[in-house]
Amino acid sequence: MMWQQFVSLAGSYPLALRGLGMTVVLSLISLVLGTLLGFGLGILRTGGSRLLSSVIGAWVDLIRGTPFLVQIFLIFFILPEFGIELDAFTAGVIALTNLAACFICEIVAAGIRSVPSGQVEAALASGLSRWQRMRQVVLPQAMRIVLPPLVGQYVLLIKDSSVVSAIGLTDLTRVGWLVVQRVPNGLLVFFLVGVGYFIVCYPLIMLARRLERRMGAAHGEVQL
Amino acid sequence: MLENFSFRTIVEYLPLFGQGLVTTVWLSAISFVGALLVGIALCAMNLQRGWLFRAPAKAYIDAVRATPLLAQLYFLYFGLPRLGFVLPELVVGILALSLNSGAYIAEIIRAGILSIPRGQVEASVASGMTYTQRMRLVVLPQAFKVTIPPLLGQAIVLVKDSALLSLISVAELTRAGQLLASDRFMPAEGFLTIAAFYLLLYYGLKALAGLSGRWLGTAGART
Repeated sequence: MMWQQFVSLAGSYPLALRGLGMTVVLSLISLVLGTLLGFGLGILRTGGSRLLSSVIGAWVDLIRGTPFLVQIFLIFFILPEFGIELDAFTAGVIALTNLAACFICEIVAAGIRSVPSGQVEAALASGLSRWQRMRQVVLPQAMRIVLPPLVGQYVLLIKDSSVVSAIGLTDLTRVGWLVVQRVPNGLLVFFLVGVGYFIVCYPLIMLARRLERRMGAAHGEVQL
Repeated sequence: MLENFSFRTIVEYLPLFGQGLVTTVWLSAISFVGALLVGIALCAMNLQRGWLFRAPAKAYIDAVRATPLLAQLYFLYFGLPRLGFVLPELVVGILALSLNSGAYIAEIIRAGILSIPRGQVEASVASGMTYTQRMRLVVLPQAFKVTIPPLLGQAIVLVKDSALLSLISVAELTRAGQLLASDRFMPAEGFLTIAAFYLLLYYGLKALAGLSGRWLGTAGART
């Protein structure tokens, strides 16, 4: 009985690897796109135009105020009514990218606001253009505030990618769900699924903690 | 396009949405209380000197934070019957939410306690207070102030996370939207309506967080 289960589990390890691969690919694509979009939105949010800033703020609130599962359902089931047919993977990438961009936007905006206004004024006085000011003066200093929560956000993104299994994408969680139909040992199967996520997420959590300590120390030095 | 959007169907299904909303609210409330208990226990273990209590608490917190709630939910849902506990889906869901949020709350409380300046603790030691007195009279009242806003933030996360319980067929708000989507093939009506209800809860809790910040003076505490 027990032995049969092990054999059956061992037999489904290619499926598990594919699931883990899907989780990693899905997260990675959304992570890159979400970071780019999030930085863009964050810069626009603090960029002076009040209208633009409040439009972005309202969108971020809408995304932060609704469950990710509901967002996925909305994208997957409603966009087709507008003539946009999506497969589960594309819908997942869109939903995750949007979610990541909204959270990263707020992180970046907070980082930019933390840069003392004297710095911006000095950059203005030195005749730097808007772009130079952002790229050479504001963003490098903002990164200190941005980096630790940004890495933390990546962990959340990887974990949230599990929700995409609800629309049938065969990621790691979905694989667990499929395997448990054949091998009725939920404890073992989902323990192994958990191990898969842990291997991906835990190094990032450690990195976030380390960054937090280092950036905190660096920040203290500057304030002294 | 959504030219067939049927407000009439939404009104027709309103009692179902109402029930779902009520279920989401009370199951989130129970889970939050459970999470507070789990969080306080974990934090107490985590603040001990010896590793005997600290190591398991740390391991638990890390394990929960590094794995998705959905996998944890399935772990309990498919795993508990294996151990001989056949519980209703609703109970499994509340258990999963409490155990998950508890790990995050433990960290919030710990951060609150550690935010109290060392000088305060040293001063109370110098005044001859015992450990219990120090905690009860000096550290905890101040830590309480700092933890309320992030705790309300965690409550918001918990309410949103409770949507995942629909996947183990708990009849909460998201499930109501799914029913409308599958019974009548009206996903737009179903999911937009529940999104609106979740936003209602979100803005309510957010306003509460803002108010609590002002009442407790957390915003001005630094200056």
